[in-house]
Amino acid sequence: MSGILVIAEVDDGVIAPVSGELLAVACKLVDEGVEGGVTLLAMGDDLSNVSATHAPGADRIVLMSHPSLKDGGTGGFDAPVLAVAGLNESLSPDVILFAKTDFGAVAGPRLAFKLGAPVAQDCVDVTLDSATGRIAVTRPVFGGNALAVFGFNGDGIQIVTIRPGVFDPMEGEGTASVEEFDASEAVAGVRSRLVETIVQESEGVRLEDADVIISGGRGLGGPEPFEQLQELADILGGAVGASRAACDAGWVDHSYQVGLTGKSVKPTVYLSVGISGASQHMAGLSGARNIVAINKDGDANIFKSARFGVVGDWEKVLPAFTATVRDLAG
Amino acid sequence: MALRIAVCVKQVPDPETPASAFNVDESVNRVVPAPGIPPVVNGFDLHAVEAALRIKDAGDAEVVVLAVGNDFVMDVMKKPLSMGADTLVLAEDPSLEDLDPVGTVNTLAAMIQKTGPFDLILAGRQASDWDQAHVPLGLAERLGLPSVTLARNVEAGEGKVRVERALTDGFQVVEAPTPAVITVSNEIGEARYPTLRGIMAASRKQPERLTLDDLGLSSESLQPALSLKRLFIPESESQVELIEGEDEADAGRKLALRLRELNLI
Repeated sequence: MSGILVIAEVDDGVIAPVSGELLAVACKLVDEGVEGGVTLLAMGDDLSNVSATHAPGADRIVLMSHPSLKDGGTGGFDAPVLAVAGLNESLSPDVILFAKTDFGAVAGPRLAFKLGAPVAQDCVDVTLDSATGRIAVTRPVFGGNALAVFGFNGDGIQIVTIRPGVFDPMEGEGTASVEEFDASEAVAGVRSRLVETIVQESEGVRLEDADVIISGGRGLGGPEPFEQLQELADILGGAVGASRAACDAGWVDHSYQVGLTGKSVKPTVYLSVGISGASQHMAGLSGARNIVAINKDGDANIFKSARFGVVGDWEKVLPAFTATVRDLAG
Repeated sequence: MALRIAVCVKQVPDPETPASAFNVDESVNRVVPAPGIPPVVNGFDLHAVEAALRIKDAGDAEVVVLAVGNDFVMDVMKKPLSMGADTLVLAEDPSLEDLDPVGTVNTLAAMIQKTGPFDLILAGRQASDWDQAHVPLGLAERLGLPSVTLARNVEAGEGKVRVERALTDGFQVVEAPTPAVITVSNEIGEARYPTLRGIMAASRKQPERLTLDDLGLSSESLQPALSLKRLFIPESESQVELIEGEDEADAGRKLALRLRELNLI
Protein backbone atom coordinates (compact mmCIF):
# COMPACT_ATOMS: atom_id res chain seq x y z
CA MET A 1 0.00 0.00 0.00
CA SER A 2 1.60 3.25 -1.08
CA GLY A 3 1.18 6.43 -3.03
CA ILE A 4 -1.27 9.31 -3.20
CA LEU A 5 -4.47 9.16 -5.23
CA VAL A 6 -5.82 12.56 -6.26
CA ILE A 7 -9.50 12.55 -7.21
CA ALA A 8 -9.70 15.19 -9.94
CA GLU A 9 -12.83 17.00 -11.03
CA VAL A 10 -13.60 17.41 -14.70
CA ASP A 11 -15.23 20.62 -15.87
CA ASP A 12 -16.29 21.04 -19.51
CA GLY A 13 -14.19 18.00 -20.42
CA VAL A 14 -10.91 19.20 -18.89
CA ILE A 15 -9.31 18.87 -15.45
CA ALA A 16 -10.77 21.60 -13.21
CA PRO A 17 -8.46 24.19 -11.57
CA VAL A 18 -9.40 22.97 -8.07
CA SER A 19 -7.65 19.69 -8.89
CA GLY A 20 -4.41 21.66 -9.34
CA GLU A 21 -4.73 22.62 -5.67
CA LEU A 22 -4.94 18.92 -4.77
CA LEU A 23 -1.84 18.20 -6.85
CA ALA A 24 -0.01 20.93 -4.91
CA VAL A 25 -0.99 19.20 -1.65
CA ALA A 26 0.09 15.82 -3.05
CA CYS A 27 3.49 17.18 -4.10
CA LYS A 28 3.94 18.78 -0.66
CA LEU A 29 3.32 15.37 0.94
CA VAL A 30 5.78 13.73 -1.48
CA ASP A 31 8.40 16.33 -0.51
CA GLU A 32 7.74 15.50 3.13
CA GLY A 33 8.37 11.83 2.50
CA VAL A 34 5.16 10.09 1.37
CA GLU A 35 6.31 7.40 -1.04
CA GLY A 36 4.76 5.68 -4.01
CA GLY A 37 4.10 8.57 -6.39
CA VAL A 38 1.03 10.60 -7.31
CA THR A 39 -1.84 9.16 -9.33
CA LEU A 40 -4.60 11.41 -10.62
CA LEU A 41 -8.02 9.94 -11.32
CA ALA A 42 -10.34 11.69 -13.76
CA MET A 43 -13.94 10.48 -14.16
CA GLY A 44 -16.57 11.47 -16.69
CA ASP A 45 -18.61 10.39 -19.68
CA ASP A 46 -16.22 11.81 -22.26
CA LEU A 47 -12.58 12.30 -21.27
CA SER A 48 -11.11 12.62 -24.76
CA ASN A 49 -9.95 16.18 -24.02
CA VAL A 50 -8.31 15.39 -20.67
CA SER A 51 -4.61 16.01 -21.09
CA ALA A 52 -1.61 15.24 -18.90
CA THR A 53 -0.42 18.82 -19.42
CA HIS A 54 -3.19 19.98 -17.06
CA ALA A 55 -1.95 17.70 -14.29
CA PRO A 56 1.51 18.93 -13.27
CA GLY A 57 2.96 16.90 -10.44
CA ALA A 58 1.09 13.70 -11.30
CA ASP A 59 3.17 10.62 -12.19
CA ARG A 60 0.26 8.72 -13.60
CA ILE A 61 -3.24 9.55 -14.80
CA VAL A 62 -6.09 7.06 -14.69
CA LEU A 63 -9.18 7.77 -16.79
CA MET A 64 -12.54 6.19 -15.97
CA SER A 65 -15.17 6.84 -18.62
CA HIS A 66 -18.78 5.81 -18.18
CA PRO A 67 -22.12 7.49 -18.93
CA SER A 68 -23.07 7.33 -15.23
CA LEU A 69 -19.96 9.38 -14.36
CA LYS A 70 -21.14 12.37 -16.41
CA ASP A 71 -20.65 15.65 -14.51
CA GLY A 72 -19.13 13.73 -11.61
CA GLY A 73 -22.20 11.51 -11.30
CA THR A 74 -24.14 14.42 -9.82
CA GLY A 75 -27.11 13.95 -7.57
CA GLY A 76 -26.42 11.07 -5.27
CA PHE A 77 -22.80 10.64 -6.39
CA ASP A 78 -23.30 6.84 -6.28
CA ALA A 79 -21.31 6.17 -9.45
CA PRO A 80 -18.07 8.00 -8.61
CA VAL A 81 -18.02 6.55 -5.08
CA LEU A 82 -18.36 3.03 -6.49
CA ALA A 83 -15.81 3.78 -9.21
CA VAL A 84 -13.15 5.04 -6.78
CA ALA A 85 -13.82 2.07 -4.48
CA GLY A 86 -13.20 -0.20 -7.48
CA LEU A 87 -9.94 1.54 -8.38
CA ASN A 88 -8.82 1.55 -4.74
CA GLU A 89 -8.85 -2.23 -4.75
CA SER A 90 -6.27 -2.47 -7.51
CA LEU A 91 -4.28 0.68 -6.66
CA SER A 92 -4.27 0.45 -2.86
CA PRO A 93 -3.07 4.02 -2.16
CA ASP A 94 -1.89 5.27 1.22
CA VAL A 95 -3.65 8.66 0.89
CA ILE A 96 -6.70 9.74 -1.14
CA LEU A 97 -7.30 13.48 -1.67
CA PHE A 98 -10.63 15.09 -2.60
CA ALA A 99 -11.47 18.79 -2.89
CA LYS A 100 -14.28 19.76 -0.51
CA THR A 101 -16.56 20.79 -3.33
CA ASP A 102 -20.21 19.83 -3.79
CA PHE A 103 -18.83 16.52 -5.13
CA GLY A 104 -15.91 15.88 -2.76
CA ALA A 105 -17.78 16.83 0.42
CA VAL A 106 -20.09 13.88 -0.28
CA ALA A 107 -17.90 11.43 -2.19
CA GLY A 108 -14.97 11.61 0.27
CA PRO A 109 -16.90 10.59 3.40
CA ARG A 110 -19.03 8.06 1.51
CA LEU A 111 -15.93 6.36 0.12
CA ALA A 112 -14.33 6.37 3.58
CA PHE A 113 -17.24 4.62 5.24
CA LYS A 114 -17.60 2.21 2.31
CA LEU A 115 -13.94 1.22 2.75
CA GLY A 116 -14.02 1.40 6.56
CA ALA A 117 -11.32 4.07 6.33
CA PRO A 118 -10.96 7.30 8.33
CA VAL A 119 -11.67 10.65 6.67
CA ALA A 120 -10.79 14.24 7.61
CA GLN A 121 -13.18 16.76 6.10
CA ASP A 122 -12.55 20.38 5.00
CA CYS A 123 -8.84 20.59 5.79
CA VAL A 124 -6.80 23.78 5.46
CA ASP A 125 -3.44 22.12 6.12
CA VAL A 126 -2.11 18.62 5.54
CA THR A 127 1.29 17.38 6.59
CA LEU A 128 3.21 14.16 7.13
CA ASP A 129 3.95 13.55 10.81
CA SER A 130 7.48 12.21 10.51
CA ALA A 131 7.31 10.67 13.99
CA THR A 132 4.35 8.40 13.15
CA GLY A 133 4.57 8.26 9.36
CA ARG A 134 0.87 9.23 9.33
CA ILE A 135 -0.92 12.29 8.02
CA ALA A 136 -1.89 15.19 10.31
CA VAL A 137 -4.51 17.71 9.24
CA THR A 138 -5.71 21.11 10.41
CA ARG A 139 -9.39 21.97 10.05
CA PRO A 140 -11.59 24.88 11.14
CA VAL A 141 -14.22 23.80 13.69
CA PHE A 142 -17.02 25.45 15.66
CA GLY A 143 -17.95 27.54 12.64
CA GLY A 144 -14.37 28.75 12.28
CA ASN A 145 -14.06 29.94 15.89
CA ALA A 146 -11.31 27.39 16.51
CA LEU A 147 -8.77 25.30 14.61
CA ALA A 148 -8.26 21.60 15.33
CA VAL A 149 -5.26 19.44 14.47
CA PHE A 150 -6.06 15.76 13.97
CA GLY A 151 -3.78 12.79 13.37
CA PHE A 152 -4.86 9.61 11.59
CA ASN A 153 -4.79 6.53 13.81
CA GLY A 154 -4.00 2.99 12.71
CA ASP A 155 -2.10 2.09 9.56
CA GLY A 156 -4.74 1.97 6.82
CA ILE A 157 -5.75 4.27 4.01
CA GLN A 158 -6.15 7.99 4.90
CA ILE A 159 -8.82 10.06 3.14
CA VAL A 160 -8.67 13.86 3.22
CA THR A 161 -10.93 16.51 1.71
CA ILE A 162 -9.23 19.87 1.15
CA ARG A 163 -10.97 23.25 1.43
CA PRO A 164 -10.83 24.89 -2.02
CA GLY A 165 -8.95 28.17 -2.41
CA VAL A 166 -6.49 27.52 0.42
CA PHE A 167 -3.58 26.05 -1.55
CA ASP A 168 -2.12 27.65 -4.67
CA PRO A 169 -2.57 25.32 -7.63
CA MET A 170 0.44 23.38 -8.88
CA GLU A 171 2.12 25.27 -11.70
CA GLY A 172 3.73 24.01 -14.89
CA GLU A 173 2.86 21.39 -17.46
CA GLY A 174 2.39 17.75 -16.58
CA THR A 175 3.99 14.79 -18.34
CA ALA A 176 2.23 11.87 -16.66
CA SER A 177 1.47 8.60 -18.40
CA VAL A 178 -2.24 8.11 -19.12
CA GLU A 179 -4.14 4.83 -18.85
CA GLU A 180 -7.78 3.75 -18.90
CA PHE A 181 -9.54 1.81 -16.16
CA ASP A 182 -12.80 0.00 -16.87
CA ALA A 183 -15.45 1.35 -14.48
CA SER A 184 -18.47 -0.50 -15.91
CA GLU A 185 -18.48 -3.28 -13.32
CA ALA A 186 -17.86 -0.96 -10.38
CA VAL A 187 -20.70 1.45 -11.18
CA ALA A 188 -23.35 -1.27 -11.52
CA GLY A 189 -24.72 -0.54 -8.02
CA VAL A 190 -26.04 3.00 -8.68
CA ARG A 191 -29.34 3.59 -6.85
CA SER A 192 -30.07 7.30 -6.70
CA ARG A 193 -30.98 9.06 -9.91
CA LEU A 194 -30.63 12.68 -11.02
CA VAL A 195 -33.96 13.71 -12.51
CA GLU A 196 -33.09 17.25 -13.52
CA THR A 197 -30.94 20.26 -12.66
CA ILE A 198 -32.54 23.67 -12.39
CA VAL A 199 -30.03 26.51 -12.60
CA GLN A 200 -31.14 29.90 -11.32
CA GLU A 201 -29.35 32.36 -13.55
CA SER A 202 -28.22 35.30 -11.46
CA GLU A 203 -28.68 38.70 -13.00
CA GLY A 204 -25.51 40.68 -13.61
CA VAL A 205 -22.18 39.75 -12.06
CA ARG A 206 -21.85 36.35 -10.36
CA LEU A 207 -20.94 36.63 -6.68
CA GLU A 208 -18.04 34.21 -7.11
CA ASP A 209 -16.57 36.34 -9.91
CA ALA A 210 -17.40 39.79 -8.52
CA ASP A 211 -14.58 42.24 -7.84
CA VAL A 212 -16.81 44.33 -5.60
CA ILE A 213 -19.46 42.87 -3.31
CA ILE A 214 -21.97 44.82 -1.26
CA SER A 215 -23.32 42.47 1.37
CA GLY A 216 -26.12 42.88 3.88
CA GLY A 217 -27.02 41.14 7.12
CA ARG A 218 -29.47 40.99 9.96
CA GLY A 219 -28.76 44.63 10.84
CA LEU A 220 -30.60 45.78 7.71
CA GLY A 221 -33.86 44.75 9.35
CA GLY A 222 -35.79 43.74 6.24
CA PRO A 223 -35.76 43.14 2.49
CA GLU A 224 -36.17 46.77 1.31
CA PRO A 225 -32.62 47.96 2.19
CA PHE A 226 -31.21 45.40 -0.26
CA GLU A 227 -32.46 47.71 -3.01
CA GLN A 228 -30.01 50.33 -1.76
CA LEU A 229 -27.26 47.71 -1.76
CA GLN A 230 -28.15 46.76 -5.33
CA GLU A 231 -28.09 50.41 -6.37
CA LEU A 232 -24.55 50.78 -5.00
CA ALA A 233 -23.45 47.48 -6.55
CA ASP A 234 -24.75 48.66 -9.94
CA ILE A 235 -22.71 51.86 -9.75
CA LEU A 236 -19.55 49.89 -8.90
CA GLY A 237 -20.20 47.02 -11.33
CA GLY A 238 -20.38 44.62 -8.41
CA ALA A 239 -22.74 42.07 -6.94
CA VAL A 240 -24.94 41.88 -3.86
CA GLY A 241 -24.36 39.27 -1.17
CA ALA A 242 -25.95 38.46 2.16
CA SER A 243 -25.38 36.70 5.44
CA ARG A 244 -27.22 33.48 6.17
CA ALA A 245 -29.44 35.29 8.68
CA ALA A 246 -30.71 37.62 5.94
CA CYS A 247 -31.35 34.68 3.59
CA ASP A 248 -33.07 32.55 6.23
CA ALA A 249 -35.30 35.52 7.09
CA GLY A 250 -36.43 35.46 3.46
CA TRP A 251 -35.17 38.98 2.68
CA VAL A 252 -33.14 37.69 -0.28
CA ASP A 253 -32.78 34.35 -2.05
CA HIS A 254 -30.33 31.77 -0.69
CA SER A 255 -28.25 32.17 -3.85
CA TYR A 256 -27.00 35.43 -2.24
CA GLN A 257 -25.61 33.63 0.80
CA VAL A 258 -21.90 34.06 1.55
CA GLY A 259 -20.24 31.87 4.17
CA LEU A 260 -19.35 28.39 5.35
CA THR A 261 -22.51 26.84 3.93
CA GLY A 262 -22.97 29.46 1.20
CA LYS A 263 -20.60 30.84 -1.40
CA SER A 264 -16.90 31.52 -1.05
CA VAL A 265 -16.03 34.86 -2.64
CA LYS A 266 -12.81 36.63 -3.56
CA PRO A 267 -13.53 40.31 -4.35
CA THR A 268 -11.07 43.19 -4.07
CA VAL A 269 -13.61 45.01 -1.91
CA TYR A 270 -16.21 43.36 0.30
CA LEU A 271 -18.44 46.01 1.83
CA SER A 272 -20.49 44.51 4.64
CA VAL A 273 -23.49 46.44 5.89
CA GLY A 274 -25.14 45.41 9.14
CA ILE A 275 -23.25 42.11 9.30
CA SER A 276 -21.86 41.12 12.71
CA GLY A 277 -19.22 38.88 11.14
CA ALA A 278 -19.91 35.53 12.79
CA SER A 279 -17.17 33.01 12.03
CA GLN A 280 -19.58 31.06 9.81
CA HIS A 281 -19.90 34.12 7.58
CA MET A 282 -16.19 34.97 7.62
CA ALA A 283 -15.37 31.44 6.43
CA GLY A 284 -16.66 32.48 2.99
CA LEU A 285 -14.40 35.55 2.92
CA SER A 286 -10.91 34.02 3.15
CA GLY A 287 -10.31 35.15 -0.44
CA ALA A 288 -11.61 38.72 0.04
CA ARG A 289 -8.76 41.22 -0.13
CA ASN A 290 -10.29 44.28 1.55
CA ILE A 291 -13.18 43.90 3.94
CA VAL A 292 -14.96 47.17 4.65
CA ALA A 293 -17.52 47.22 7.44
CA ILE A 294 -20.41 49.48 8.34
CA ASN A 295 -21.92 48.42 11.64
CA LYS A 296 -23.36 50.26 14.60
CA ASP A 297 -21.68 47.92 17.09
CA GLY A 298 -18.00 48.82 17.38
CA ASP A 299 -17.33 45.50 19.12
CA ALA A 300 -18.78 43.46 16.24
CA ASN A 301 -16.56 40.62 15.07
CA ILE A 302 -16.47 42.00 11.52
CA PHE A 303 -14.11 44.82 12.62
CA LYS A 304 -11.49 42.23 13.61
CA SER A 305 -11.08 41.22 9.98
CA ALA A 306 -11.99 44.52 8.31
CA ARG A 307 -9.38 46.83 6.81
CA PHE A 308 -11.68 49.86 6.89
CA GLY A 309 -14.75 50.52 8.93
CA VAL A 310 -17.32 53.00 10.04
CA VAL A 311 -19.02 52.52 13.39
CA GLY A 312 -22.47 53.95 12.83
CA ASP A 313 -26.05 53.54 11.70
CA TRP A 314 -26.03 52.20 8.15
CA GLU A 315 -29.18 54.18 7.34
CA LYS A 316 -27.13 57.36 7.73
CA VAL A 317 -23.72 56.11 6.56
CA LEU A 318 -24.70 54.23 3.41
CA PRO A 319 -26.69 56.93 1.54
CA ALA A 320 -23.79 59.39 1.95
CA PHE A 321 -21.31 56.72 0.88
CA THR A 322 -23.38 55.86 -2.19
CA ALA A 323 -23.87 59.53 -3.13
CA THR A 324 -20.12 60.13 -2.91
CA VAL A 325 -19.36 57.03 -4.97
CA ARG A 326 -21.83 58.20 -7.60
CA ASP A 327 -20.19 61.64 -7.73
CA LEU A 328 -16.75 60.05 -8.03
CA ALA A 329 -17.98 57.83 -10.83
CA GLY A 330 -19.01 61.02 -12.57
CA MET B 1 -49.57 2.79 5.81
CA ALA B 2 -47.86 5.45 7.81
CA LEU B 3 -44.30 6.32 6.90
CA ARG B 4 -41.80 5.91 9.70
CA ILE B 5 -39.23 8.70 9.75
CA ALA B 6 -36.15 8.85 11.96
CA VAL B 7 -34.53 12.24 12.52
CA CYS B 8 -31.01 12.29 13.95
CA VAL B 9 -30.29 15.36 16.08
CA LYS B 10 -27.32 16.55 18.11
CA GLN B 11 -26.99 18.76 21.18
CA VAL B 12 -24.33 21.41 20.47
CA PRO B 13 -22.99 24.58 22.10
CA ASP B 14 -25.06 27.56 20.94
CA PRO B 15 -23.39 28.74 17.70
CA GLU B 16 -24.73 32.24 18.42
CA THR B 17 -22.35 32.40 21.40
CA PRO B 18 -20.47 35.69 20.94
CA ALA B 19 -16.86 35.14 19.88
CA SER B 20 -15.77 36.91 23.09
CA ALA B 21 -17.48 34.17 25.17
CA PHE B 22 -16.09 31.30 23.07
CA ASN B 23 -13.23 29.68 24.97
CA VAL B 24 -11.03 26.65 24.55
CA ASP B 25 -9.15 24.85 27.31
CA GLU B 26 -6.01 24.02 25.36
CA SER B 27 -4.65 21.77 28.11
CA VAL B 28 -7.44 19.25 27.44
CA ASN B 29 -8.35 20.29 23.87
CA ARG B 30 -11.95 21.07 24.77
CA VAL B 31 -14.37 23.92 24.29
CA VAL B 32 -15.32 25.46 27.62
CA PRO B 33 -19.11 25.91 27.79
CA ALA B 34 -19.94 29.61 27.91
CA PRO B 35 -21.46 30.39 31.31
CA GLY B 36 -25.17 31.10 31.19
CA ILE B 37 -25.57 30.07 27.54
CA PRO B 38 -27.42 26.74 27.33
CA PRO B 39 -26.71 24.29 24.52
CA VAL B 40 -29.14 24.02 21.59
CA VAL B 41 -30.32 21.37 19.17
CA ASN B 42 -28.09 21.78 16.11
CA GLY B 43 -29.84 24.26 13.79
CA PHE B 44 -29.69 22.16 10.63
CA ASP B 45 -31.13 19.21 12.61
CA LEU B 46 -34.19 21.33 13.42
CA HIS B 47 -34.55 21.90 9.68
CA ALA B 48 -34.52 18.09 9.35
CA VAL B 49 -37.26 17.85 12.01
CA GLU B 50 -39.19 20.44 10.01
CA ALA B 51 -38.81 18.37 6.84
CA ALA B 52 -40.17 15.30 8.68
CA LEU B 53 -43.11 17.24 10.12
CA ARG B 54 -44.03 18.59 6.68
CA ILE B 55 -44.24 15.00 5.42
CA LYS B 56 -46.36 14.20 8.48
CA ASP B 57 -48.59 17.22 7.75
CA ALA B 58 -49.07 16.11 4.16
CA GLY B 59 -50.02 12.53 4.99
CA ASP B 60 -49.50 10.01 7.70
CA ALA B 61 -46.14 9.64 9.34
CA GLU B 62 -44.53 8.74 12.65
CA VAL B 63 -41.52 10.90 13.51
CA VAL B 64 -38.90 9.38 15.82
CA VAL B 65 -36.05 11.63 16.98
CA LEU B 66 -32.71 9.98 17.80
CA ALA B 67 -29.77 11.52 19.65
CA VAL B 68 -26.39 10.31 20.87
CA GLY B 69 -24.39 12.10 23.55
CA ASN B 70 -23.93 12.86 27.21
CA ASP B 71 -25.26 15.47 29.65
CA PHE B 72 -28.41 16.14 27.67
CA VAL B 73 -30.38 19.19 28.77
CA MET B 74 -33.91 17.83 28.63
CA ASP B 75 -35.63 21.17 27.96
CA VAL B 76 -33.35 21.54 24.96
CA MET B 77 -33.64 17.99 23.67
CA LYS B 78 -37.45 18.02 23.92
CA LYS B 79 -37.71 20.84 21.38
CA PRO B 80 -38.36 18.45 18.44
CA LEU B 81 -41.17 16.86 20.49
CA SER B 82 -42.72 20.27 21.17
CA MET B 83 -42.52 20.99 17.42
CA GLY B 84 -44.62 17.87 16.81
CA ALA B 85 -42.33 14.81 16.69
CA ASP B 86 -43.81 11.67 18.23
CA THR B 87 -40.96 10.04 20.13
CA LEU B 88 -37.51 10.94 21.46
CA VAL B 89 -34.93 8.17 21.81
CA LEU B 90 -31.68 8.93 23.60
CA ALA B 91 -28.41 7.05 23.94
CA GLU B 92 -26.79 8.92 26.82
CA ASP B 93 -23.55 7.74 28.36
CA PRO B 94 -20.24 9.30 29.45
CA SER B 95 -18.47 7.20 26.82
CA LEU B 96 -20.68 8.82 24.15
CA GLU B 97 -19.34 12.30 24.89
CA ASP B 98 -16.95 13.70 22.27
CA LEU B 99 -17.53 10.73 19.98
CA ASP B 100 -15.86 10.97 16.63
CA PRO B 101 -17.96 10.36 13.49
CA VAL B 102 -17.19 6.64 13.36
CA GLY B 103 -18.42 6.11 16.92
CA THR B 104 -21.47 8.29 16.26
CA VAL B 105 -22.29 6.35 13.09
CA ASN B 106 -21.95 3.02 14.91
CA THR B 107 -24.21 4.18 17.74
CA LEU B 108 -26.86 5.70 15.46
CA ALA B 109 -26.83 2.61 13.25
CA ALA B 110 -27.46 0.42 16.30
CA MET B 111 -30.28 2.75 17.46
CA ILE B 112 -31.89 2.61 14.02
CA GLN B 113 -31.69 -1.16 13.93
CA LYS B 114 -33.24 -1.29 17.42
CA THR B 115 -36.07 1.19 16.78
CA GLY B 116 -36.60 0.61 13.03
CA PRO B 117 -37.47 -0.19 10.37
CA PHE B 118 -37.73 3.33 8.94
CA ASP B 119 -38.69 4.54 5.48
CA LEU B 120 -36.60 7.69 5.79
CA ILE B 121 -33.68 8.77 7.94
CA LEU B 122 -33.20 12.54 8.05
CA ALA B 123 -30.43 14.64 9.58
CA GLY B 124 -29.08 18.17 9.34
CA ARG B 125 -26.45 18.82 6.67
CA GLN B 126 -23.76 19.35 9.31
CA ALA B 127 -23.39 20.06 13.01
CA SER B 128 -22.28 23.51 14.10
CA ASP B 129 -19.67 22.16 16.53
CA TRP B 130 -17.27 20.03 14.49
CA ASP B 131 -18.71 20.92 11.04
CA GLN B 132 -17.72 17.54 9.61
CA ALA B 133 -20.84 16.95 7.55
CA HIS B 134 -20.34 13.25 7.24
CA VAL B 135 -22.15 11.30 9.96
CA PRO B 136 -25.32 10.90 7.84
CA LEU B 137 -23.25 9.79 4.85
CA GLY B 138 -21.42 7.26 7.01
CA LEU B 139 -24.72 6.08 8.44
CA ALA B 140 -26.07 5.44 4.95
CA GLU B 141 -23.00 3.41 4.00
CA ARG B 142 -23.09 1.48 7.29
CA LEU B 143 -26.78 0.63 6.80
CA GLY B 144 -26.31 -0.03 3.08
CA LEU B 145 -28.78 2.71 2.11
CA PRO B 146 -28.69 5.38 -0.61
CA SER B 147 -28.05 8.95 0.52
CA VAL B 148 -28.90 12.37 -0.85
CA THR B 149 -27.52 15.57 0.70
CA LEU B 150 -28.60 19.23 1.10
CA ALA B 151 -32.34 18.81 0.73
CA ARG B 152 -34.45 21.95 0.31
CA ASN B 153 -37.57 19.86 -0.19
CA VAL B 154 -38.32 16.20 0.58
CA GLU B 155 -41.30 14.21 -0.69
CA ALA B 156 -41.67 10.54 0.12
CA GLY B 157 -44.07 7.75 -0.76
CA GLU B 158 -44.58 4.63 -2.85
CA GLY B 159 -41.14 3.28 -2.07
CA LYS B 160 -39.18 6.28 -3.20
CA VAL B 161 -38.05 9.70 -2.05
CA ARG B 162 -37.80 12.78 -4.24
CA VAL B 163 -35.37 15.40 -3.04
CA GLU B 164 -34.70 18.92 -4.24
CA ARG B 165 -30.98 19.18 -3.57
CA ALA B 166 -29.72 22.75 -3.02
CA LEU B 167 -26.90 24.00 -5.22
CA THR B 168 -25.27 27.40 -4.82
CA ASP B 169 -27.20 28.54 -7.91
CA GLY B 170 -30.39 26.53 -8.16
CA PHE B 171 -31.16 22.94 -7.33
CA GLN B 172 -31.20 19.35 -8.57
CA VAL B 173 -34.08 16.92 -8.36
CA VAL B 174 -32.78 13.54 -7.19
CA GLU B 175 -34.79 10.36 -6.65
CA ALA B 176 -33.77 7.37 -4.57
CA PRO B 177 -35.52 4.21 -3.41
CA THR B 178 -36.51 4.12 0.27
CA PRO B 179 -35.31 3.53 2.86
CA ALA B 180 -32.78 6.31 2.29
CA VAL B 181 -30.74 8.80 4.30
CA ILE B 182 -31.35 12.48 3.47
CA THR B 183 -29.49 15.49 4.87
CA VAL B 184 -31.47 18.72 5.10
CA SER B 185 -30.21 22.27 4.55
CA ASN B 186 -31.53 25.63 5.75
CA GLU B 187 -32.88 26.34 2.25
CA ILE B 188 -35.91 24.24 3.27
CA GLY B 189 -37.11 27.25 5.26
CA GLU B 190 -37.44 28.10 8.92
CA ALA B 191 -38.17 25.36 11.40
CA ARG B 192 -41.59 25.87 13.00
CA TYR B 193 -41.88 27.34 16.48
CA PRO B 194 -43.31 25.04 19.13
CA THR B 195 -46.90 25.87 20.01
CA LEU B 196 -48.02 26.09 23.62
CA ARG B 197 -49.98 22.89 23.09
CA GLY B 198 -46.88 21.26 21.66
CA ILE B 199 -44.79 22.32 24.63
CA MET B 200 -47.43 20.95 27.05
CA ALA B 201 -47.58 17.65 25.19
CA ALA B 202 -43.78 17.37 25.10
CA SER B 203 -43.50 18.06 28.82
CA ARG B 204 -45.62 14.97 29.50
CA LYS B 205 -43.50 12.73 27.26
CA GLN B 206 -40.48 10.91 28.60
CA PRO B 207 -37.63 9.99 26.28
CA GLU B 208 -36.97 6.34 25.60
CA ARG B 209 -33.45 5.49 26.72
CA LEU B 210 -31.11 2.94 25.20
CA THR B 211 -27.95 1.82 26.98
CA LEU B 212 -24.75 0.64 25.32
CA ASP B 213 -25.78 -2.90 26.36
CA ASP B 214 -29.20 -2.47 24.74
CA LEU B 215 -27.40 -1.43 21.57
CA GLY B 216 -24.80 -4.19 21.77
CA LEU B 217 -21.99 -1.62 21.53
CA SER B 218 -18.50 -2.39 22.77
CA SER B 219 -15.91 0.24 23.61
CA GLU B 220 -14.09 -0.95 20.48
CA SER B 221 -16.91 0.26 18.23
CA LEU B 222 -16.54 3.73 19.77
CA GLN B 223 -12.81 4.07 19.08
CA PRO B 224 -11.94 7.23 17.14
CA ALA B 225 -10.40 6.91 13.68
CA LEU B 226 -8.62 10.23 14.14
CA SER B 227 -7.05 11.67 17.29
CA LEU B 228 -7.47 15.29 18.25
CA LYS B 229 -3.92 16.57 18.82
CA ARG B 230 -4.61 20.23 19.37
CA LEU B 231 -7.59 22.60 19.62
CA PHE B 232 -6.98 26.34 19.69
CA ILE B 233 -8.41 29.73 18.83
CA PRO B 234 -6.44 31.28 15.96
CA GLU B 235 -4.93 34.63 16.83
CA SER B 236 -6.23 37.57 14.90
CA GLU B 237 -5.08 41.09 15.43
CA SER B 238 -7.45 43.78 14.32
CA GLN B 239 -5.87 46.19 11.86
CA VAL B 240 -8.99 48.11 11.06
CA GLU B 241 -8.74 51.76 10.08
CA LEU B 242 -11.89 53.32 11.52
CA ILE B 243 -13.12 56.29 9.52
CA GLU B 244 -14.72 59.05 11.56
CA GLY B 245 -16.47 62.23 10.53
CA GLU B 246 -18.50 65.12 11.86
CA ASP B 247 -21.50 62.82 11.82
CA GLU B 248 -22.38 59.39 10.45
CA ALA B 249 -23.12 60.70 6.95
CA ASP B 250 -19.79 62.50 6.87
CA ALA B 251 -18.05 59.28 7.90
CA GLY B 252 -19.78 57.51 4.99
CA ARG B 253 -18.58 60.20 2.59
CA LYS B 254 -15.02 60.00 3.92
CA LEU B 255 -15.03 56.22 3.66
CA ALA B 256 -15.84 56.51 -0.05
CA LEU B 257 -13.06 59.07 -0.56
CA ARG B 258 -10.55 56.90 1.31
CA LEU B 259 -11.37 53.85 -0.81
CA ARG B 260 -11.05 55.93 -3.98
CA GLU B 261 -7.74 57.37 -2.77
CA LEU B 262 -6.37 53.83 -2.60
CA ASN B 263 -7.91 53.01 -5.99
CA LEU B 264 -10.05 50.26 -4.45
CA ILE B 265 -13.26 51.56 -6.04
